[in-house]
Amino acid sequence: MIRKYSVLVSLTVLAVVMLVPFAIVTLNAVKSPADYSSGGPLSLPGSLYLDGIVQFWNRVDFGGKLWNSLLISGSVAVLAVLLSLFNAYALGIGRVRGRTWILVVFLVANTLPQEALVYPLYYLSKQVGLYDTRLGVIIIFTVIQSAFGTYLLASVLGRFPHEILEAAAIDGAGKWRALWRIVVPISRPTLSVLLVFFFIWTWNEFFLPLVFLISNENQTVPVALGVLQGDKMMDATMSSASALLGILPAVVFFLIFQRTLTRGVTVGAIK
Amino acid sequence: MKRSRSGGYRVFLLPSAVLFTAVIVVPFLMNVGIGFTRWQGIGDPRWIGLDNYTRLFADERFWASFRNNAALVVAMAIVPTALGLVLSATLFDYVGKKFGPRTAGALRAAYYLPQVLPVAVAGIVWGWIMHPRFGALNELLGLLGMEPRNWLGDPAWALPSVMVIMVWFQVGYPVVIFMAGLQRVDPALYEAAEMDGASWWRRFWHITIPQIRPEIYVVLLTCTIAALKVFGPIFVLTRGGPGGATLVPSYFSYQNFFEKANVGYGSAIATVLTLLIIMVTAFFLRIQDREK
Repeated sequence: MIRKYSVLVSLTVLAVVMLVPFAIVTLNAVKSPADYSSGGPLSLPGSLYLDGIVQFWNRVDFGGKLWNSLLISGSVAVLAVLLSLFNAYALGIGRVRGRTWILVVFLVANTLPQEALVYPLYYLSKQVGLYDTRLGVIIIFTVIQSAFGTYLLASVLGRFPHEILEAAAIDGAGKWRALWRIVVPISRPTLSVLLVFFFIWTWNEFFLPLVFLISNENQTVPVALGVLQGDKMMDATMSSASALLGILPAVVFFLIFQRTLTRGVTVGAIK
Repeated sequence: MKRSRSGGYRVFLLPSAVLFTAVIVVPFLMNVGIGFTRWQGIGDPRWIGLDNYTRLFADERFWASFRNNAALVVAMAIVPTALGLVLSATLFDYVGKKFGPRTAGALRAAYYLPQVLPVAVAGIVWGWIMHPRFGALNELLGLLGMEPRNWLGDPAWALPSVMVIMVWFQVGYPVVIFMAGLQRVDPALYEAAEMDGASWWRRFWHITIPQIRPEIYVVLLTCTIAALKVFGPIFVLTRGGPGGATLVPSYFSYQNFFEKANVGYGSAIATVLTLLIIMVTAFFLRIQDREK
């Protein structure tokens, strides 16, 4: 009996330890500076004080950063799924010649570190006027994410039942029609997993957006918060307010997409 | 018949062919080329052959960055995989059976939650907690009667601190993957072992680990690659400091690109990092193949 519960208790303690940082940040984000200086970071807030969050929000135009992140991640998710779908249609269903080698190229592209692309991309994007634009970042991440998407989707479409496509061809459906009327509806579950993953991965990206989005009005949430880190003007409560604002969207996505995400993690693992 | 099937599909590869060339292929080849030059990012690059590489291999900071990176492979791949194995096996084989799948699911979600954060935001959270003046960690240690420390600012503690943060961040990923993998395992295996009187540890070694070996390889590979690329937490927490104590190759190349205007040197570092990642990937795919 004691043994039975000691395992559960130790696992629960570990879960609490994992969640403590979230709790501490929330606790201090809703404390007034006076409350903080008298009680320190571990005391419960005397009253609910939201001015720190509001001040931080206005100071960095957090609404604008959220919009940038949403715009970039949303566009990348849609465009990268589209690009992966086209590639996978040609490779998985069309079985074009040289498909194995093309897939290897996508696989290698998927493992390339962004450090090995960053300076040429920085230089080239300046030449064509895409530096420090959201469009530039959208294009780059669409290509990077679709490398993974192509790889995954091509193996899924490789097992696509060909009889359905042949029946459609007899009915006079061309390749374009067959893609939208047959392949897309049937692969919808995989496509939605990819959509969610691309959205979240792009949202979480830091390195390339840090390099490319230098002007304040183009920055995403992680970049804006990361650049502010260590700012001398930030006091303890405002720092925790900034951390809380970084955590909240991620937790909201997690709650909305939990099922898709867990399914997706597994799809990715057994590929 | 076979020909007609592949005809007409090529056109679907066209958008990707154009974009891939522009965003991946050309920049990557340029990076390799720039690695053989001395270039400040403006003016013409000057060809210097292998000079960057000979300088690199004699550069103490370069080797230090790889030693730090090895520590982060331990913190981001090896420790989370080991912990994740024990946790997922306990949740699956013990908690799930004795307390119901809902309890196991709730614990799994708690371990996984840090994984949903942008890794830079995870760094910001911990930067605040470990802050020498107003951080919660020193306050807590003070209550326990321990000395406060400048966790991220002290060369002796900076790397261990970052390692602890990364274990916290990573551990949920293997737990979720391994628990999903364990669903495939035939329950009869566990029942038979239990009937033979096999202890929990024996079942763990002889059933759980061999059964989810494919997942273990995937987790080790993806986490090792993530550790080799780690940038966000380093940028946010320490900027490679203090005194290079947490310098990693990706931050080292970033410094050379954008702070020191040593573009050729930065490209050489990025190329070495790429080679290392490709070697690690090839190594894992080899042993995975041999298993089959």
